[in-house]
Amino acid sequence: MKTDIILAGVGGQGILSVATILGAAALKEGLYIKQSEVHGMSQRGGEVQSNLRISSEKISSDLIPTGAADLIVSLEPMEALRYLKYLKPDGWVITSTAPFVNIDNYPDEALVMRHLEDSGNVVAFDMDELARQLAAPRSGNMALLGAASPFIDISPDKIERAISSVFSSKGEKIVADNIKAFRTAREKSLQIAGM
Amino acid sequence: MKIKKLLLGDEALALGAVNAGLSGAYGYPGTPSTEIMEYIQANAVAKERGIHSHWSANEKTAYEEALGMSYAGKRSMVTMKHVGLNACADAFVNSGMTGANGGMLVAVADDPSMHSSQNEQDSRFYGDFAFVPVLEPADQQEAYEMAEYGFRLSEKSALPVIIRLVTRLSHSRATVEVDDAAAPQNELHFPSDGKRWVLMPVNSKRRYPELIKIYEQLELESESSPFNEYIPGSDHSLGIVVSGIAYNYLKELFPKGIPFPTVRISQYPVPKGMLRNLSEQCDALLVIEEGQPFIEKALRGVLDNMVPIHGKLDGTLVRTGELNPDHVRDALLILKPGLDELKKEEPRAQSEITVPRPPSLCKGCGHRDVFGALNDALAQYPDARIFGDIGCYTLGYLAPFNAIHTVLDMGASITMAKGASEAGVHPAVAVIGDSTFTHSGLAGLLDAVNEDSNILVIISDNLTTGMTGGQDSQGTGKIEEICLGLGVSAECLHTIDSLPKNHDNMVSLFKSAIEHKGLSVVVSRRECIQTVRRHGAHRGPKATD
Repeated sequence: MKTDIILAGVGGQGILSVATILGAAALKEGLYIKQSEVHGMSQRGGEVQSNLRISSEKISSDLIPTGAADLIVSLEPMEALRYLKYLKPDGWVITSTAPFVNIDNYPDEALVMRHLEDSGNVVAFDMDELARQLAAPRSGNMALLGAASPFIDISPDKIERAISSVFSSKGEKIVADNIKAFRTAREKSLQIAGM
Repeated sequence: MKIKKLLLGDEALALGAVNAGLSGAYGYPGTPSTEIMEYIQANAVAKERGIHSHWSANEKTAYEEALGMSYAGKRSMVTMKHVGLNACADAFVNSGMTGANGGMLVAVADDPSMHSSQNEQDSRFYGDFAFVPVLEPADQQEAYEMAEYGFRLSEKSALPVIIRLVTRLSHSRATVEVDDAAAPQNELHFPSDGKRWVLMPVNSKRRYPELIKIYEQLELESESSPFNEYIPGSDHSLGIVVSGIAYNYLKELFPKGIPFPTVRISQYPVPKGMLRNLSEQCDALLVIEEGQPFIEKALRGVLDNMVPIHGKLDGTLVRTGELNPDHVRDALLILKPGLDELKKEEPRAQSEITVPRPPSLCKGCGHRDVFGALNDALAQYPDARIFGDIGCYTLGYLAPFNAIHTVLDMGASITMAKGASEAGVHPAVAVIGDSTFTHSGLAGLLDAVNEDSNILVIISDNLTTGMTGGQDSQGTGKIEEICLGLGVSAECLHTIDSLPKNHDNMVSLFKSAIEHKGLSVVVSRRECIQTVRRHGAHRGPKATD
């Protein structure tokens, strides 16, 4: 198996935790991983992006070439659009629809949604809202991971185990909240994608 | 026994060093190198062995501390970003002359594409300049292995060894096979040749020809290095010279094997024999390297070349920015348009509606209050100039503050303000953070004290090294004492809390400091909001993420 994923979001949203958990789950599966991220200045509210490659074969490049990503997984709709040139023609966009507006010239939100819908295979809903409804308000990023999980060839149990181990130091309630968000979003995503 | 771990390039190097018997790590935080030291600080073996891992005031002090440990026979490492090598260049270049005793690694992380830096300087040039060997890992596994190899090379050649990382390796995680036990540390032992450690002309004149000879030996060493490799290929119309991480992009493009004869370089000085051999069997060469065209320049003479050489200097590859698989593909297709294997569908167009999302100062950051008040205080002075420095507060250049006129290097705010004031600029204001102040601001402030320069120095103190993620700052709790100790008079030294409720007080304090003829220093203080949150999370209820 080989899955190339562009993870996107805004600095501070928690996109790197998604990468950490997928990395941990893939390592347990004995898969090869390369996960590139940018630290430093961009983390201060700027655009943040991570290239995550998971494969049963050795991986050469830390970076995904254009037109080669299987998935774009984003916590923010405009950030999902930013990386479309990396997506395969039959790739999937999994994104939260909640815009993160910290700039004056943020494009018209309806236009962003239209462009997203036009981009092909899309699973888009508001991850933060889903987390809030579950009374797990800070689990939006784990909801996103749940929504992306049907498209990644690692069993959901294994991903849940990785969530538990990454959040275990923060207490049982946090672990349970994050798993709840993961499961609910996974179900919703399966429905939307008709899988 | 070997175990598998998921590690950043930085972490792989750090663990490699610990497992190879490291006794002390020294450094100053700088993206993308910071995680090397942070990994050692958190490592259980390092704790158990008492391996030194405290941050230093700057790269020069760190470098000299690491060299002192090497002098005493133990294995040491110093970590920094590429521009940090400038800050310690005096120590670094001269340490080629003194040489090392215990193995010493100089871990330098270059930042091509300038994700978080002022320039794209390539540390391989420094290695050549100082007659110091350079190792350039291609991946995380090599970063791990090169620590041990580098220590041995350092002890064998009695020279420090640069490990050159780049952003894309430093900050990329991969599965790495590592040893589950650490080798013993060196015993304390002094160098057998004491003379070269005292760089008086009489000793330097003896040492320099010796150093040149050692470097020639190192060239031979490069020819047989396990990290330099000739890979045969069937199509001799092109030969490829590839170094460091660029090798991965080439492999990515040719999963079934590279069709052209290739020399892969990860140890310097450049293995001239391997390159000569390659050029003799190929009609042209393509040089693919991350960073500046170091190998390409070495190959390309002023006079006609034996074979055409393609790379960054003739525009076959992009001249600036980091490489990626697409750049390498484009370069190969320029030279070999018939290479069907590399052709692919045109990717989707870049979305036209996305706009850049630049970084900004956090909500609740004290630097915001400094720039807000400073802009108000300077509203009546159209010729005012603000000299900035390196840190989060460099973001004061951007909207909504648009407050900074210059940013050069660590510490330049105070000294450039001083020079400008002597040219007649008034008001001349320096804005510098606490960590940058103790890194490189002290000597400049002493100059300003001695001449009672007519400048305002604002030390925006957030009690940490913020930009790199909140590492300990060496002047925390001592800033006013340091200023007084340097000779700033108590009447001209002011302290205020950078808080929105203090806005008016800050404005009037800045105004009166500007009107004061001579040097004024304002320490404007508020703990970094990021470290406050972290400390709060430790003390208070647990956070979700």
